[in-house]
Amino acid sequence: MTDTTTAQSGTDEGDLLAGFEATIARNDRIEPRDWMPEGYRKTLVRQVAQHAHSEIIGMQPEGNWIGRAPSLRRKAILLAKVQDEAGHGLYLYSACETLGVSRGQLTEMLIEGRQKYSSIFNYPTLSYADVGTIGWLVDGAAICNQVPLCRTSFGPYGRAMIRICKEESFHQRQGYELLMTMMRGTDEQRAMVQESVNRFWWPALMMFGPPDDESPNSAQSMAWGIKRNTNDDLRQRFVDMSVPQAEALGVTFPDPDLRWNEERQAHDFGQPDWDEFMQVVKGNGPCNTQRIAHRRAAHEDGAWVREAATAYAASSAAEVSA
Amino acid sequence: MPESPQPDPTGPDELDAIQSVADDVAHQPSHPAPDPNDAHGSVYDGLLGGDPSHWAFGTDFEDPLAGVDTTIPDGVDAADLGTYCLMLADDALIASQRLSEWTSRAPDLEDDIALSNIALDLLGQARLLLARAAAADPSLVPALPEGSPVPPEDALAFFRSDREFRNVRLVELDNGDFAVTIVKLLLFSSARIAVFEQLVDSRDHVLSAVAAKGIKELTYHRDYAGRWFLTLARGTQESRRRIDAALVQVWPLQAEQFATHEVEARVAEAGVGVDPATVSDAVAVVLAQVFALSGVEQPTGAPMAAVQGRQGRDGMHTEALSRILGELQVVARAHPMGQW
Repeated sequence: MTDTTTAQSGTDEGDLLAGFEATIARNDRIEPRDWMPEGYRKTLVRQVAQHAHSEIIGMQPEGNWIGRAPSLRRKAILLAKVQDEAGHGLYLYSACETLGVSRGQLTEMLIEGRQKYSSIFNYPTLSYADVGTIGWLVDGAAICNQVPLCRTSFGPYGRAMIRICKEESFHQRQGYELLMTMMRGTDEQRAMVQESVNRFWWPALMMFGPPDDESPNSAQSMAWGIKRNTNDDLRQRFVDMSVPQAEALGVTFPDPDLRWNEERQAHDFGQPDWDEFMQVVKGNGPCNTQRIAHRRAAHEDGAWVREAATAYAASSAAEVSA
Repeated sequence: MPESPQPDPTGPDELDAIQSVADDVAHQPSHPAPDPNDAHGSVYDGLLGGDPSHWAFGTDFEDPLAGVDTTIPDGVDAADLGTYCLMLADDALIASQRLSEWTSRAPDLEDDIALSNIALDLLGQARLLLARAAAADPSLVPALPEGSPVPPEDALAFFRSDREFRNVRLVELDNGDFAVTIVKLLLFSSARIAVFEQLVDSRDHVLSAVAAKGIKELTYHRDYAGRWFLTLARGTQESRRRIDAALVQVWPLQAEQFATHEVEARVAEAGVGVDPATVSDAVAVVLAQVFALSGVEQPTGAPMAAVQGRQGRDGMHTEALSRILGELQVVARAHPMGQW
């Protein structure tokens, strides 16, 4: 590369960066063909891919109960929900592909452990009530994280999130309705619901990420308009909205410090076990190995099918052009 | 500085949006379509809004059969009609259970979604047919403890033993690899669509409507399976080897789909059901086209034998069925008084 082009591209880059920052400042969308700083692109690929992987890995804990759903109606609801998650994964991988990374590459990075997914899915689903609790608390926490992302600065991501949020809120209602129905059932069913809520409450709070003072990537993501609210803001919001729902349901949360603070007009609450969180993030959670092995097996067992489809498409194209 | 037309990105609007979702959860019904007073929806929801000639009932009812003409047509034996509905229902239920095993395991996301879709369609058919079986002959429904809230279609799905299931053995077969699943689906959907094309003319209003709706679904299922059959047959050497092996494995279960059970003969005679033997030739023509287009030879394997003359329609199954039911029924059976 010559000095001239370097100098020229340097100047251009300054203009481009100014244009990019002006777009962000106006709260406008950045589109795939717009210039963007490499750091912005990398951050987006990391975040959107992690989100897509979470949808796909998230099929497993609930999929675990499809075969055992206790009524035909619940089986249909669960099957349709897990199918929606595959659909969400598809939109998000597509959004990520606009940044120049293919779905195949992203899947490889997932199964090689080079990209992450939401740690919540490394917890096991141990009863049918977990299907409802995941809908209510896990999808509920996901919605708190995702509603602000509908206005994230990158266009394809924001537009995917609008559709995903609509479906997620439908799933959340379905989960809550399952728990409501079970609470009207037998004593055993009510105990099953409470036990499930006890297991998922703290992991749900962990879904908002570490406390703000320990969240390394948050500041830059906020400045770029990729992320819109801090972890602690969203966690507080989630607790405040969940408490009346728990009361309506007739369950409690396993937190002795949870109480209304009149002065703050918000709930005080205890801290999740962040050591456990770090263990799960590092790969030592109850299901980390199982989830990745399952995804890897599906990907590898399906390789011959994808190869056949590619070969057939190529031979059909050759016949057409011949 | 003028007011920005854009709302503050971290302002209250987003948090309000979150709150409105939260409020929805606490206050709105869970499902958009059915009557919110009916916690279980209706098994007939999916049929509403279709061809009105098939239905003459309202949309607002709690009993799944309220408003549906469930009169048993003249000259039809109620027990035969109920048993025939079980046969068609069980084929769909077990096929759906097997297909849903693919969820989160399919070769690609598009196929994960497609196989779940097909499983959902068949599950819907099963639910309608089980409800019809229970209405036609209540004595088919297993007895549950006094006061159990389990609806009759669920009692039939979750509380019958394997010997009471009437499905053909084809649908029980392990999924195997993707090629085995595709061959099973091709053979199953081709036979079922041919039966449903005749069943549209059933004198039983419920069966006629189930068939009319089912044909649309099964057309897609057969198309999906046929396209993949062709693709695998003409894809790579490996996919060709696998589709050939799958055909050898599955073909022996094909003939049973067209073997006439005495109940099928009687309901066909009575004008409410279809004798599957009468559609055998038409199905063979369709499959011959798929095989020819794919460059695959017509399979010649002999049909799988019966046990003491009994096959799936008689309640005599492969070893797989009781394992399938072990999974399908485990939670429901642990909570016979449970509400879901």
